[in-house]
Amino acid sequence: MAQMSKPARRRRFPFHLVVFLAPATIVYTLFMIYPLLDSMRLSFFAADSAGNEFFVGLQNYITLFTDELWQPRLWGAFKHNVIFFLIHMIVQNSIGLLLAALLTSRTVRGVGFFRTVYFMPTMLSVVIVGFIWQLILSPLWGIAKGILGLVGLQHLFQPWLGLEGPALIALSLISVWQFIGIPMMLFYATLISIPDELIEAATVDGAGGWQIFWRIKFPLILPTVGIVAILTYVGNFNAFDLIYTTQGALAGPNFSTDIMGTFFYRTFFGQQLQLGNPTMGATVATVMFLIILIGVLLYMFFYQRRVQTYEL
Amino acid sequence: MNPRTSSLTRAVERVAAYAILLVATAVALFPIILILMNSFKARKAIFRAPWLPPLPETFSLIGYEKVLQRSNFDLYFANSLIVTLGSMFFILFFGAMAAWALSEYDFPGNALMGLYLAIGIMIPIRLGTVSILRLIVSMGLVNTRTALILVYTAMGLPLTIFILTQFMRQIPRELKEAARIDGASEYRIFWLILPLVRPAIATVAVFTMIPIWNDLWFPLILAPGEETKTITLGAQQFLGQFISDWNAVLSSLTLAMVPVLILYVLFSRQLIRGLTSGAVK
Repeated sequence: MAQMSKPARRRRFPFHLVVFLAPATIVYTLFMIYPLLDSMRLSFFAADSAGNEFFVGLQNYITLFTDELWQPRLWGAFKHNVIFFLIHMIVQNSIGLLLAALLTSRTVRGVGFFRTVYFMPTMLSVVIVGFIWQLILSPLWGIAKGILGLVGLQHLFQPWLGLEGPALIALSLISVWQFIGIPMMLFYATLISIPDELIEAATVDGAGGWQIFWRIKFPLILPTVGIVAILTYVGNFNAFDLIYTTQGALAGPNFSTDIMGTFFYRTFFGQQLQLGNPTMGATVATVMFLIILIGVLLYMFFYQRRVQTYEL
Repeated sequence: MNPRTSSLTRAVERVAAYAILLVATAVALFPIILILMNSFKARKAIFRAPWLPPLPETFSLIGYEKVLQRSNFDLYFANSLIVTLGSMFFILFFGAMAAWALSEYDFPGNALMGLYLAIGIMIPIRLGTVSILRLIVSMGLVNTRTALILVYTAMGLPLTIFILTQFMRQIPRELKEAARIDGASEYRIFWLILPLVRPAIATVAVFTMIPIWNDLWFPLILAPGEETKTITLGAQQFLGQFISDWNAVLSSLTLAMVPVLILYVLFSRQLIRGLTSGAVK
């Protein structure tokens, strides 16, 4: 649609334009764009013991990808982050879609109440959520064990956050618990915009709720599936707070919950035995930037163009 | 399909739908309620009967007393309030001005400018942290609330400008032209138009407020000092320190959680309306 905003017909230099645009542009450029670019520049530098920085070309990247101390940490963090992301995609986004579909199926009442409740954990700080679940999963308090006991599965309880295998899955599910409201709300918004006539016509033809969903609604929400996927991707590869809060900067046990965000923080600030290294930190940040950029570009050039958007 | 089976199917579908929704409600609410309830109980009751609400014989405020004695929760709370409100003011004010320029004036490079200001919607500001810290150090702003406000303003602007531009484009041209014919300056027209996008500004305000209030990363890196700690960082450190004191932990979690929950319940209708009307398009 063509936006018909007419140019203000002024011959003089448009000072008002500068006044309107300057504050936002200056703050944004200085505190967001410049640091992003400067971080990339720093990733090509290293510092000597006196703190003087000198150009080293791709040396930081070579170290990060090949050094026997760095490489396993990088791949570990990346691998855990991919698992973290996949669990969100599969569990969070499909349950979010299910809830949105039920809330818009016109068979239930109290939609406003359910919506408000499902979005509630999203409003809380990740720090608070991390501690709440740490308490619930704690063997000391026995809440999780008690819940399993209700269905006779008490013997399955383990201190999951402290075990190398299950810790990452447990943390992913905690994060799913918190953020499920976002996909739910985005799917809900798309689903309620589907015209009633379409659904009524299908109902008259004898289609049930299940059929209506898969044959009519689902194709119409495919663009939203893409938006949800890319938001999940960017959010997950940038996550930090939950792991830091529950497992500390070392992302224990034995780095089994280390993701890109905690790896970046440790590299930049250091921890116990390792000194902080700003230029290596900038290198890790640039790798994260590239990971996120690849995802965003794939979404923009493939998904957004391929998926047909139906005009409703 | 004959009508009887189809109405039976519908009934089954409805029961199943409610069952799923209610289970999800329980899963979403029980952790929050559990913490709230137990924060008002004595230590023994927390462990013996975690599922019971505080009863007269188990009621206790010991946790809250400890938290208020041992930490500066009131100071952290004030810091969070200053940082969040300060950032919001600049985000909304600067953002509305830029959105107005982009939506109203057809200058060369308008589309490019819009694209430039939108980069930050997808690229997280955290990735520039190494250089942000250097910049803040060189400006002498480490451990100040100003540093946080500046960074959060930069963080909130892209989405704000993007959303407000969409809304400002929908303002009828007649209104602006009428003002121009009356000889109003461009600044005056901006002020006249601003109230018309109030609902959009309210939506954006909520969107940008929550991540700022809840952020751990930048307070941890730019302002970890006792005087400038925000509630999120303060709670994180307090909880880490007193993790074995269950009364204190449960009470501090409740203290950090309740203001957000009250605000959310009060404004959830507006927030959800904003989410469902603007976010997808």
